[in-house]
Amino acid sequence: MQVYKPVLKTFLHVNPKIKLFLLTAITLNLSACSSLGVEPWERDLLATKAMALTSSPVDAALDDHIYFSKEASSGGKSFGGGGCGCN
Amino acid sequence: MSNLDGKSKTMNKKNHLKAALSLATSALLGTSVATAPVVQAKEVDEWQFDSAFLLYSEADRVTAGEGILAGTKTFDDGEILALKITVDALTGASANGAVAQPQAQTFTRPSGNGQYEIAAGETPLDDTFHDTRVQLNAQWTQLIADNLTGSVGGHFSKEYDYLSLGVNGNVAYDFNNKNSTFSMGLSYFQDTFTPEGGIPKPLSSMLVGDSSSPEWDKEFAKTRLGTSEDKTTADVLVGFTQVINRRMITAFNYSYSMVDGYLTDPFKVASVLNNQGIAQDYIYENRPDSRVKQSTFMQAKYHFDDSLLNTVADVSYRYMWDDWGINSHTIDSRFTIPIGRVSYIEPHIRFYQQSAADFYKPYIMDDEVPTGFISTDYRIGEMTAVTVGAKYGVVLNGGNELSFRLEYYRQMPTNAGFVDPDGLNSIDVYPVVEAIIAQVSYSF
Repeated sequence: MQVYKPVLKTFLHVNPKIKLFLLTAITLNLSACSSLGVEPWERDLLATKAMALTSSPVDAALDDHIYFSKEASSGGKSFGGGGCGCN
Repeated sequence: MSNLDGKSKTMNKKNHLKAALSLATSALLGTSVATAPVVQAKEVDEWQFDSAFLLYSEADRVTAGEGILAGTKTFDDGEILALKITVDALTGASANGAVAQPQAQTFTRPSGNGQYEIAAGETPLDDTFHDTRVQLNAQWTQLIADNLTGSVGGHFSKEYDYLSLGVNGNVAYDFNNKNSTFSMGLSYFQDTFTPEGGIPKPLSSMLVGDSSSPEWDKEFAKTRLGTSEDKTTADVLVGFTQVINRRMITAFNYSYSMVDGYLTDPFKVASVLNNQGIAQDYIYENRPDSRVKQSTFMQAKYHFDDSLLNTVADVSYRYMWDDWGINSHTIDSRFTIPIGRVSYIEPHIRFYQQSAADFYKPYIMDDEVPTGFISTDYRIGEMTAVTVGAKYGVVLNGGNELSFRLEYYRQMPTNAGFVDPDGLNSIDVYPVVEAIIAQVSYSF
């Protein structure tokens, strides 16, 4: 019979040095997060259309349709969804 | 004076709402309302339209034309209504899944009405392929509490042989002075497929012979299961967006997708070859009736300064894996380079690589008894694909934008370790597919 080790238990048993490294990395990440970002008056560049996460939704919709039909992957950025026979 | 102050406060409030809404909708829905109030070309309460026509044309295969008209209206209180209609028409030839042969081959059309012949050495393509599709989308987005945005949407699409209905709901929470956004979305699709000629019995042999014989219809019906099949797709998407600094924004998504129902392609067959590699039979493919896909997606956008022509770099990476044994890597990058004050050029490079599904084979041998899942569809086989191209956009008088896009897409299926029989030595088992993508867009 195969015995599965609980994930948490496995994680807690990792090398203490790795644990320390992970904790440090996580802490640094969290503290860095709080200093990330801009003040509202510093959004001049972020506010431009070119800096929107999807700068052209129409292009994105057309591309999604093409690649959904021709490849085995879809979604990721937005919903993968159904929606067409796409042969 | 106080009036002016009051008006300014109201405007600020509106702008903040808009900023919050737009960041959330960008992250979740891919809509393009700008991410902050400072630069807004259009006033609130006006419709903004994006339209486009795209031509997708494969060498010797499918050609598709697709038109989109999308309208967005932002109301006084910052609610956003987005409506979109998409119409596309498709014609041409599609690979039927069989492998090319040193001699000519005859296949029956999916409808059962007639047959077609493929010349020696040619990849079998069914050239009766045509369809027209109409799709409607509607999305409503609004602030539901401080820093919390909600959005709901619906989807309808109808083809000659396919009906798809979908709904979605999303929430986004802004924090850290709106520099961070956590979002979550759910979507559900219900699709019905009614292919011409009905649903073939998986693994049954394609009937080939005299289709004008009185027995034909009866014999053809024996290879059919019914007239239609259903499929449902449930997606969960979790996202995190972080403004790094004045020039950089990043996004991270995780998605989980469950697809259940009829996932087989009723138009695809597999060649059954003898040990010389000569086709003895063609059997209809058979895929599992469920698929669980997961993906992680990362995106960074960076606005360079004058020294790099104020270029905006948009780079993203997606890793997808599923329980069919497919995993894929997608790297997508666009560089928007302003030319003067009113136009820009945007080179685009996309790289895609996928592994094959566990049940993918380019063909089967007649000493293997096909009992389980089998598909020869190159789209779930091992493949690398590349897209290169560019877009040119110009802002006309009045702020309307006209743009042109031209791209080249190349799919390169590869051998995932199958050893071909000698008879296929001179045959291209993994043919390259090339396509041109041409698009004109106009926003007004």
